[in-house]
Amino acid sequence: MIQLSAPFTLEKIAALKVGDAVEISGILYTGRDAVHKYLHDGGELPKEVNLQDGIIYHCGPVVLKDEQGNWKVTAAGPTTSIREEPYQGDIIKQFGLRGVIGKGGMGSRTLAACKESGCVYFHAIGGAAQVLAECIKRVRNVYLLEKFGSPEAIWELEVERFPVVVTMDSHGNSLHEEVFSRSQAELSKRL
Amino acid sequence: MSLLQDSLIELIRRTSAEIPDDVHQGIVQSLENEKKGTIAESALKIIERNIELAKQKSQPICQDTGSIIFYVECPVGFDQITFEETAREAVQLATKKGYLRQNSVDSLTGKNDGTNVGPGSPNIHFHQHRSAETSVSLVLKGGGCENVGAQYSLPNEKLKANRDLDGCRRVILDAVLQAQGKGCGPGILGVCIGGDRASGYEFSKQQFLRKIPDRNPNPELDKLEQDIVETANALGIGPMGFGGKTTLLGAKIGVANRLPASFFVSVSYMCWAFRRQGVEIAADGKINRWLY
Ligand code: SF4
Repeated sequence: MIQLSAPFTLEKIAALKVGDAVEISGILYTGRDAVHKYLHDGGELPKEVNLQDGIIYHCGPVVLKDEQGNWKVTAAGPTTSIREEPYQGDIIKQFGLRGVIGKGGMGSRTLAACKESGCVYFHAIGGAAQVLAECIKRVRNVYLLEKFGSPEAIWELEVERFPVVVTMDSHGNSLHEEVFSRSQAELSKRL
Repeated sequence: MSLLQDSLIELIRRTSAEIPDDVHQGIVQSLENEKKGTIAESALKIIERNIELAKQKSQPICQDTGSIIFYVECPVGFDQITFEETAREAVQLATKKGYLRQNSVDSLTGKNDGTNVGPGSPNIHFHQHRSAETSVSLVLKGGGCENVGAQYSLPNEKLKANRDLDGCRRVILDAVLQAQGKGCGPGILGVCIGGDRASGYEFSKQQFLRKIPDRNPNPELDKLEQDIVETANALGIGPMGFGGKTTLLGAKIGVANRLPASFFVSVSYMCWAFRRQGVEIAADGKINRWLY
């Protein structure tokens, strides 16, 4: 198991390879459909959010306020990433993202952008809402909440040992492509 | 609040927070089978821990609490209208309690009124029988895995699938190949050979009421079920599509008659977060016993 802690420098990201199991500690920003479209259309990023060397998490968390008025994440599994394929590559390049977390993998444009600007795609375990929520130690802030509503807002989350697998690295490799072609070949032998 | 309503809320809570034993055993078994130190093993370990945590905290196993599908087996003369009203109220209350996510969207306006109740939700199937017993089963089926379901019309030239069992095998395995990485595997297949476009999918989903280790009474279908699981697990797709030995935990296949002109094979895919429970309901509405 590889430990990846903030700051998420280009050097640390470039050392990661497809198939590596990684635990991330540091800050994640959630962003899903609304945020991606907004940024891609030229929308302004809130000043406090710094995506340079940052990691974006495709997730619409369930967040409640406790009695003291603190946010608490009760479920935080990944959502399907491929919906962001039209936007992701440009956003990686424009903001200097070093990581994208989601599920199901992404396409060739994102893979190319990962290679070009030094970014990786981390696959979280789909459906593991409870385990992943436990890794979120604190909600530091939330942005664009009024504009987009809770699941679509940008949540700034402090995570500890958040488990993921590198399935697309910054060297042009995609585990999704590898497994697909291998399994397709295996299937054709068995038909 | 009626006793039946209480029972249905408890059925929803338990279905959402606890994986049935037969599925859990399948996951534990596959965890033992995976090679130690692989990412497939660590994915299954996280899944296993998630199952434990959800049960312990009585919280949804997965945040997508899915389409709500009730199957009611009832005696002749059973009051379906009252049941339906009670079930809709139970769903609303269970949503307020957080057992279900606010998960039902008006398809025209995009609005989510937060109740989980609307046209088609919950989805209730009634079936009368001669016995005096009433049982209610519930399946919560997530969207990610629903999206990878597939319906094939045979013959399918591209897949070299003719209108025979080998053709069925080919399209079912194609569905497994295409679903990889997307439906939160390891998965369970529910398949219907035959029927029309609507009944085919409906019967395929009913297969999810069968327990994982059960065997198909029809020897030909039984053979096909075993073969599909074995072949799928030899493809190296693995949990989450990371590669590995566990691609399917089970395959359940049923048949329905078809028209001479049509030959559909409908494949429903269920993710590892297989939420299915059932209760036998006493005359006063209390839970007599759990079915899974
Ligand atoms: S496919 Fe299943 S496990 Fe995956 S997110 Fe959907 S409901 Fe959850």
